[in-house]
Amino acid sequence: MVNENLVKDVVKEPYKYGFVTDIETEKIEKGLNEDIIRLISQKKEEPKFLLDFRLKAFKKWQKMKEPDWSGLGYKKIDYQDIIYYSAPKQKEKISSLDEVDPKLLETFDKLGIPLTEQKKLTNVAVDAVFDSVSIATTFREELAEHGVIFCSISEAVKNHADLIEKYLGTVVPASDNYFAALNSAVFSDGSFVYIPKGVSCPMDLSSYFRINSGDSGQFERTLIIAEESSSVSYLEGCTAPMFDTNTLHAAVVELVALDDASIKYSTVQNWYAGDEEGIGGIFNFVTKRGKCLGKRSKISWSQVETGSAITWKYPSCLLLGEESVGEFYSVALTNNLQQADTGTKMIHIGPKTKSTIVSKGISAGNSKNSYRGLVKMGTKAKGSRNYSQCDSMLIGDQASANTFPYIKSQQPNSEIEHEASTCRISEDQLFYLQSRGIEFEEAVSMMVSGFCRDVFNQLPMEFAAEADKLLALKLEGSVG
Amino acid sequence: MQSKMKESDPILEVENLSASTDNLPILKGVSLTVYPGEIHAIMGRNGCGKSTLSKIIAGHPSYSITNGDIKFLGENINSLEPEERAQSGIFLGFQYPIEIPGVSNLEFLRVSTNARRKFLNKEELDTFDFEELVKEKLEIVKMDHAFLSRSVNQGFSGGEKKRNEILQMALLEPKIAILDETDSGLDIDALRIVASGIKKISNTQTGIILITHYQRLLDEIKPNYVHVMSDGQIIKTGESDLALELEEKGYEWTDNFIKET
Repeated sequence: MVNENLVKDVVKEPYKYGFVTDIETEKIEKGLNEDIIRLISQKKEEPKFLLDFRLKAFKKWQKMKEPDWSGLGYKKIDYQDIIYYSAPKQKEKISSLDEVDPKLLETFDKLGIPLTEQKKLTNVAVDAVFDSVSIATTFREELAEHGVIFCSISEAVKNHADLIEKYLGTVVPASDNYFAALNSAVFSDGSFVYIPKGVSCPMDLSSYFRINSGDSGQFERTLIIAEESSSVSYLEGCTAPMFDTNTLHAAVVELVALDDASIKYSTVQNWYAGDEEGIGGIFNFVTKRGKCLGKRSKISWSQVETGSAITWKYPSCLLLGEESVGEFYSVALTNNLQQADTGTKMIHIGPKTKSTIVSKGISAGNSKNSYRGLVKMGTKAKGSRNYSQCDSMLIGDQASANTFPYIKSQQPNSEIEHEASTCRISEDQLFYLQSRGIEFEEAVSMMVSGFCRDVFNQLPMEFAAEADKLLALKLEGSVG
Repeated sequence: MQSKMKESDPILEVENLSASTDNLPILKGVSLTVYPGEIHAIMGRNGCGKSTLSKIIAGHPSYSITNGDIKFLGENINSLEPEERAQSGIFLGFQYPIEIPGVSNLEFLRVSTNARRKFLNKEELDTFDFEELVKEKLEIVKMDHAFLSRSVNQGFSGGEKKRNEILQMALLEPKIAILDETDSGLDIDALRIVASGIKKISNTQTGIILITHYQRLLDEIKPNYVHVMSDGQIIKTGESDLALELEEKGYEWTDNFIKET
């Protein structure tokens, strides 16, 4: 009953961030072997321990097989046809933002992430990553006054090698999975955050990842360490230009929270999703994991996943510390031919640990959207609890939604609760809203926002508004 | 008094309207004209087409008009979207108001009210101004402020849902309100609240169509006309005493009219 033309028109709504910045870049040759890895490490002037870390990971990766258990369908990736290092050419050493290529600043301006002193966001410090390198980090001095370190991971390797050596790969070991191994071998840049003991970070920290080249993969690595009784809220945003080829993005994020520390990690992922025929788009294979090492520590993931042709992502928590808390709040929206397989793992190891999972999947068009989650209670997780809620919303009759909750309990004195539901936007609901003067499109987006409200409530304010708008834009005309 | 009303132009004209759903004819030539200030009651058995008529006037996408016209303020609205009809002043009070999980009632009412105000070239209201307006209107249906923070109709009792419908009518200030069995499922106190609400909202410029099975609503709101529907047609039209007669004699009595025609 829904106007077909309307559907077609608005699905063609252009991806707002699809432009390419014309900038001279330094790229190394395509392909992956030990020499390439040595070259990346050399370009970044890395210490020996890191080169060894990379080479070991590469050896492991060569012995591993690309996972196929998720049932995601995609063209085989040719790992020798990818450029593993691409950086915009600029002066050797940049001491201030004035020396950054204006084209780069302009790019981030256009993405709504102004970096210059006059325009920078007032309450958020930003690390801007363009292809393989970090371009700029704002508010560094202000943060340094509090002892907070916020910089690119390459810089941290140079200036805080002890912390990198101590923590890198301790949450996501290089051998963890195929994509994590690949990332460990070739990671180019990413963000590093260190919050010292007792410090509550005075502002939100944010990384903005921008893929610009069509033929280079992006392999960023993020490491956040929250010392005893510290806290931080970290935001992550991502966009990429429209290419008709697929670009590989395989990131690793590691979080470590010590006693009484808390880390809140929020993502709005809007990589290019491909066109309505499924051509182009980012392959997003990401490993995100947090370790609640300390007593009463807390790690909270919230994510709004709207982009990418393929999303394979399970932000997880290892709950080691007594009474530590893990949270996962997720909205995943798929349209056209997008595929998303996302969820979380809550591994309860310590006693009296607690986890909450709230997942909202929305599938429109011909897309496939799956929640996959594991809740595990270890033998020592006495008195631990989990609550999971997984809801799916179907829009149209061609989309599919799946829920795969895995539960493993080795501790009889623990509680696991799981609720799941599937709903569809009904014609009656739409008619009801329309009969009150509310436009069709707005009616759909109101219902979708309503469906996601539990998750949006968890997002930092400015992110929540952005997420709401993003969903509305992505869904325009998708009801059929 | 009635002749005086008719000096003005009609609000709603339904002319020889036939409509079907899934190729099944539901309405078979209905004509009905409502002038400003008039209250019409439509009665009839379940399945006679009363609710369908109301949904078609509001633009429900499941029904298609096979013949005839619907005119609102002189304009043919056959092909208008439901939201366009609502914005221009047609209101349908649902027999079974729909639940919309997660969408706050307050926000829903505000967006809806602003859509109507925009059409009327009135300034749209921000959250604070709207709160003021809605507080005032809550009085009319004697609803508690707490209703606003709940999801639209979710977990509302039957009576609360119906009062929420009348609240919407109060906010939207329609030119014509079609109230589909607004009295069903209400206890006597709730019925009085709803009826007095409808009376407060309506005036000499608005038209009202009450779809009902029972006399008790018509005791509270006296109609100018009563129409009896059967098998997709209006088979008899009279004044308010027709409803009383119908109550007394039952719908079987009306079966004879069909035989006559």
